[in-house]
Amino acid sequence: MTTQAPDLPGAISAIPEVSYAVADDGTGHLAEMRVDPIGLFERVHAECGSIGRFRLADKDVVLVFGAEAHEQFFRAPESTLDQAAAYPFMTPIFGKGVVFDASPEERQQMLKNQALKGDMMRGHASTIEHEIRRMVAGWGDEGEIDLLDFFAELTIYTTSSCLIGKPFREELDGRFAQAYHDLERGTDALAYVDPYLEGVESFEVRDRARETLVGLVQDIIDRRRERGTVPREERDLLDVLISIDMTADYITGVFISMMFAGHHTSSGTAAWTLIELMRHPDYTAQVVAELDELYADGSEVSFQALRAIPKLEAALKEALRLHPPLIILMRVVQEEIELAGHLVPPGTIVAASPRVSNRLAEDFPRPDAFDPARYLDQRQEDRVNQWTWIPFGAGRHRCVGNAFAMMQLKAIFSVLLRDYEFEMTQPSEDYRDDVSKMVIQLAKPCRVRYRRRAGR
Amino acid sequence: MAGYRVVADLGLCQGHQMCLGEAPGVFAMDAATDQVVVTDPTPGPDRRAEVEAAVTYCPAMALSIQED
Repeated sequence: MTTQAPDLPGAISAIPEVSYAVADDGTGHLAEMRVDPIGLFERVHAECGSIGRFRLADKDVVLVFGAEAHEQFFRAPESTLDQAAAYPFMTPIFGKGVVFDASPEERQQMLKNQALKGDMMRGHASTIEHEIRRMVAGWGDEGEIDLLDFFAELTIYTTSSCLIGKPFREELDGRFAQAYHDLERGTDALAYVDPYLEGVESFEVRDRARETLVGLVQDIIDRRRERGTVPREERDLLDVLISIDMTADYITGVFISMMFAGHHTSSGTAAWTLIELMRHPDYTAQVVAELDELYADGSEVSFQALRAIPKLEAALKEALRLHPPLIILMRVVQEEIELAGHLVPPGTIVAASPRVSNRLAEDFPRPDAFDPARYLDQRQEDRVNQWTWIPFGAGRHRCVGNAFAMMQLKAIFSVLLRDYEFEMTQPSEDYRDDVSKMVIQLAKPCRVRYRRRAGR
Repeated sequence: MAGYRVVADLGLCQGHQMCLGEAPGVFAMDAATDQVVVTDPTPGPDRRAEVEAAVTYCPAMALSIQED
């Protein structure tokens, strides 16, 4: 920093505010956030540079860009930048009184307890292979799938099985996946005005979906109670929560929160990886050859998914860079913090945008091009740009599930790409995200055709 | 061949313990802080590939190699 602290502009008004593309209806840039959030974030960068500001209802959101400001942002401790308070749209989803986020220390502890550790990964890889094979068991030699429906359902089964337990997963079917999806659709930015605002259809769907999930969990609890106790090794987290007399509503909230971070993120990334591979058949041929060679010795997916699969990994990273599942990461300032030469006061929302950052031309040459070679050999653009290649965030809050996510994606594509070929059933540019909610999802239609590979 | 040094950034380590499997003997965990300890910061050229794997697969991007 060239500026000394006493000279820093301390007023929020000293941070440049972005222009309006959609007229201010009294809620600042909220209207634009609900139709074109990426355009908004890109304009903040274009007009304001490394630090700019937009308004969300009665809140100022300060958006920072570039390695230096991002490092300040991502290294800040929880006592300075609070994560949970920045996401009011999550409260009705988890349920009031269900603590969704925890301090980094608590998250680390949860990580340990909830089996995201290195030595648990092999079991998870095996579980995931099993789940993907179940999903394709009825496929036959050719047909069509909807990418959103397929991957959203698959990742309900994988996250529930790995994080909560196999017995619980065995109680789930497509109804749970559908209700969970409706819940994710309830993340309208209108929540920054009021997450319980009357007359908002997606909020009504959200609340009904949560009731549906509670009902499904209640049924499972009832069956467990009828069944009586089972040996310790057959118990899962649900049995533990029942044994301490938690209500179905609370248990559902805990499960929703445990699955949330790993669900739409992995589902969306799997879908976008497949789309980018269909768009780039030459590279796909290299990935398929890599997989064929790797598995030629009859080795298990649960073994290889934990090891290097360089070309596939590069494709996954490039899908993550171009289509990060979270387009904005937010925190609420607890104590004044210096960012990009400005002092930002408590109460302000500060943010970084993975979607904009991952495509900064100064860090990523030909930023909009799908170029897996970025990660191969000595280029390693993800590591070189540790603070701006941020599909998983960075620093203290870096996604604790990222190793699990990469393993899961490697397992999924180890099965899909060796057994099937895929082709688009609609123009390439028609595969796109619906960005009208804070949880972005693939827009429908998003169908693809599959055909079993010769000899498989 | 020039030497190298293994460095851990404790502002980033999340205690995943992946490095313990990738490069046994180079890393340990501090049970009190649940963070990594580099027990052998100069493991030598014959361990380089393992250390690079530990750096690459650290989920927190907390490890790096400094060339001497």
